[in-house]
Amino acid sequence: MPEYSWPPMNKRAVMGKSFDRLDGPQKASGRAKYSSDLNKPGQLFGVFLHSPHAHAKVKSIDISAAKAMEGVTAVRIIAGPGAELQWAGAEVAIVSAVREEIAKDAIRAIKVDYEILPHVVQEQDLSKVGSRAKAAGEQVTGDPDKAFKEAAAVIDGQYGCPVITHCCLEPHGNVVQWTGGTVNLWPSTQAVSSIGGDLAKQLEIPATDVKVQMDHVGGGFGSKFPSDRWGSEGAKLSKESGGRPVKVYLDRSNELTIGGVRPSAFAKIKVGANADGKIIAWQSESWASGGVGGGGMPPIPYVMTKIENFRLNHTAVSLNAGPARAWRAPNHPQASFLTCSALEDLAAKLNMDPWDLFHKNVEMSARPEVYRKQLVKAAELMDWKKKWHPRGAETGNIRRGVGLGMATWGGAGHASKCKVSINADGTIEVEIGSQDIGTGTRTCITQVAAETFGLPMSAVRVKLGDNAFPASGPSGGSTTIGGVSSSTRKAAVNALEKLFERVSPGLGVPADQLEAVDNKIQQKGNPAKGLTWKQACQKLGVDRISEMGENVPAQAAKEGLNTLGAAGIQMAEVEVDVETGIVRMRKMVAVQDCGLVVNPKTAASQVYGACIMSICSGLMEERVMDRVTGHVLNDDMEFYKLAGMGDIGEIVVHMDITPENDKRGIIGLGEPCAIGGLAAIANAAANALGVRVPMVPLTPDRVLAALSSDRRNA
Amino acid sequence: MQNFEYANPTTLNDALGLLGSAWGEADVLAGGTDLLSLMKEYIHSPKRVVNIKNIKELGGISKVGSGLRIGATVTLDELSSNAMVKQMYPSLAQAAMEVSSPQLRNMGTVGGDLCQRPRCWYFRGGSGLLGQDENGKSLVATGENKYHAIFGSGPAWFVSASSFGPALIALGAKVTLQSATGKREIPVSEFFVSPKSNGEREIALKPNEILTQIVIPAAGKNANYEVRHREAVDWPLTAAAVNLTMAGNVVKSATVVMGHVAATPWRASQAEQMLTGKTINVELADKAGEAAVANATPLSGNSYKVQLAKVAVKRAILKAAGISI
Repeated sequence: MPEYSWPPMNKRAVMGKSFDRLDGPQKASGRAKYSSDLNKPGQLFGVFLHSPHAHAKVKSIDISAAKAMEGVTAVRIIAGPGAELQWAGAEVAIVSAVREEIAKDAIRAIKVDYEILPHVVQEQDLSKVGSRAKAAGEQVTGDPDKAFKEAAAVIDGQYGCPVITHCCLEPHGNVVQWTGGTVNLWPSTQAVSSIGGDLAKQLEIPATDVKVQMDHVGGGFGSKFPSDRWGSEGAKLSKESGGRPVKVYLDRSNELTIGGVRPSAFAKIKVGANADGKIIAWQSESWASGGVGGGGMPPIPYVMTKIENFRLNHTAVSLNAGPARAWRAPNHPQASFLTCSALEDLAAKLNMDPWDLFHKNVEMSARPEVYRKQLVKAAELMDWKKKWHPRGAETGNIRRGVGLGMATWGGAGHASKCKVSINADGTIEVEIGSQDIGTGTRTCITQVAAETFGLPMSAVRVKLGDNAFPASGPSGGSTTIGGVSSSTRKAAVNALEKLFERVSPGLGVPADQLEAVDNKIQQKGNPAKGLTWKQACQKLGVDRISEMGENVPAQAAKEGLNTLGAAGIQMAEVEVDVETGIVRMRKMVAVQDCGLVVNPKTAASQVYGACIMSICSGLMEERVMDRVTGHVLNDDMEFYKLAGMGDIGEIVVHMDITPENDKRGIIGLGEPCAIGGLAAIANAAANALGVRVPMVPLTPDRVLAALSSDRRNA
Repeated sequence: MQNFEYANPTTLNDALGLLGSAWGEADVLAGGTDLLSLMKEYIHSPKRVVNIKNIKELGGISKVGSGLRIGATVTLDELSSNAMVKQMYPSLAQAAMEVSSPQLRNMGTVGGDLCQRPRCWYFRGGSGLLGQDENGKSLVATGENKYHAIFGSGPAWFVSASSFGPALIALGAKVTLQSATGKREIPVSEFFVSPKSNGEREIALKPNEILTQIVIPAAGKNANYEVRHREAVDWPLTAAAVNLTMAGNVVKSATVVMGHVAATPWRASQAEQMLTGKTINVELADKAGEAAVANATPLSGNSYKVQLAKVAVKRAILKAAGISI
């Protein structure tokens, strides 16, 4: 059995070192081609006709005028007579044409007669959703009623965060060509190895007949796993148009309407604690919606899961709005926000520094020691003890405050296969059916291979983004880095062993006594007895070594290559102009634990991005649904507001890179860092203002309303 | 986007000859920062697009008497970096810089700022300028209106999108509107109108006219203040422009105009009266802000904008007076 375990932390030459993304210059210069940049010879453009109604039945549809338009090659009905459409934007038909403008004009020529049905698109006020509410049943542990009676302090609060979208910079879509038997798909996906099979199923053809290729993805965040209608309908348009490639990409409006959303989360929360701050009771009535399918209960109480007495009720609300898709740490940011907001209010009621209250109560989490250390570190980086003040201490027009939020996540590696080849010229090729969704996966795989072979990064070529390569899991759940690093490591070790066997006789050293370091293959610890890497590889002659490696999730922890369990503390400092209600970021601190970090720079980059996403959802980002028309009103980048450079403030990232954490193996990072920031920002505003703003994002209307409801300001 | 004829004249006369007699026949293209999205969304589907960026006489900033003439195709960037503008009309330079996107400042023009269409999401979503349902009922009033008007009596509840409108009105500027048959010069305050039907426009420009220039007289102490949710590029929630004619420390006369609060820039006469004959301090500015919004009539979801309009007025006054906010 070969030795796959990671080289000791202090012996690594490439892994654990910061490298710029290998595709950075390409992306920054525009030379990197996303699938949405592709323009294949003879390419057609596919455009959907979307439902103008939030809830309707198709009575009849007439596509004849569209079909007859010059330049239109095919028209397909997606929702025929009788079909019920559950949200404005739902796909009704699709047209392919030689130019995008013609396709857009053509969909306007399709005549659809709808029977309009009643819609519900807003869920903030649960009393107004009527039959759309579906209670999930009560969960009770211990005796919450008794505990509340005995509690020294009890708070009752209501909190909410609205639906937000993924807002991928590269919208959903693909270029697809169906010629004869084969379908060529150039998607924008988080699942290169599985999307082909998914599309094959939709088209009722063998999975062998779908070829998938993709170099880059312009953001997915959990919303780009299936092949979707743009895949299947695009393929059918292609077939009906004589096999010409068809490009189908959602425009920004459609991306924001049907490209996927993060479900909302609202809750009435009651928490009781002893005089010393120990939480003894929790009660919540939560509700959520991620579209027509309702919305599940976020995992509350979050992190402090061992509260002895609690009662949970949850209601899913079905709305006529674009459906939910997994959004970077599904349900965790919501759970963190609901829980940490209530705990901050509880601390205020107890006249305690919330830091002390959290520090005390992490006892009830799965990893108390980790959180305690992180709280200390984060407080140091934020200068918390100096900056925190009791509520109401700030009285000027510009008020500052600090707040904190917590996170927990899994992050074990997914199933992944990889092929590593050693060429006679000494170059290394890694082939893996994975994808780099912007996180630096290519760069990290290169590091793992280079480390294993004792070579510089430049000796390694990583090929991914093709379903002809060994299958690797989808990029979801923060599982990619663990999966691909482990399979690459194992394939590289296997290949290296083969090379050792080739050079062993000539060197007169048994293969198991050889090592690859510093561009050499040598007797372990004896540089005098060895060959340069090039010399060793020349012995392959016309041959090349190709070996497979596989990460099997059930075995991974035992092998020590990857595992799960990431905790994080984030802190925010905000400044609120109480005359305008505008909240500005001053600083964010993210203390993030993870296991072995392959590339500290790309890892930190994940955390920066996650903090910025938290700033967006904390201060400005929300989907606005129109109660009257049922439409998304802010389906553009003007009023679907994201932070610009001036809105971000200072961000300090601290990765817990320690020998202790390193021994845990690789743990995914994409999601845990995107959880705690929202709560931290909401709590910082409460601290600054002296009053809770119940709902995020902290827009001026909400901040001013909270201030005027506060008696001290009235 | 529907097919259209593209014209690229180099003289004003040629351009005027290419315009239509009704809206929808021809659209004027300058920076294109608004027109392109209007066309892509089928809000405008002109038969002809007339590019006026190659007409030299429509550009340039020059001295006219004790004031300035600003050509319609002067970009926001040219305006904000012009030394005379910065010195004489800081309110304009500030308003240009508040359009906090270098791309928009590089492409967008002063004339385009005045002629741009409202950003109302019902208008942009295809429900007509007044944002009405098929029965003529206002979607704005019954729907989502947090960015809409807090002044006026309808039926237009969108807010004027112009960044320069309030400042130009406060400065007493005039615009020249020219057609093939002649030209007229009107105060900027009369350029903005509140339409009563979907067929009307929110500006006095006629389909056969081009806005050619803006002429601004000598000004007093002037300033512009925007309340913006985002520091990055964002439409203001409210804005205010102030022009103060001083006699020593005393305000001889004041013009105060609010932006993004009504279908047109909105003059705050009560605030002006409150300032006249007084020395400016924080307390007076605050009172003037209150007076400015005394008659506000917010919709169901935008009463917060009353406070923001008040603050914009207060801060614009203090900024013009050189008092730190």
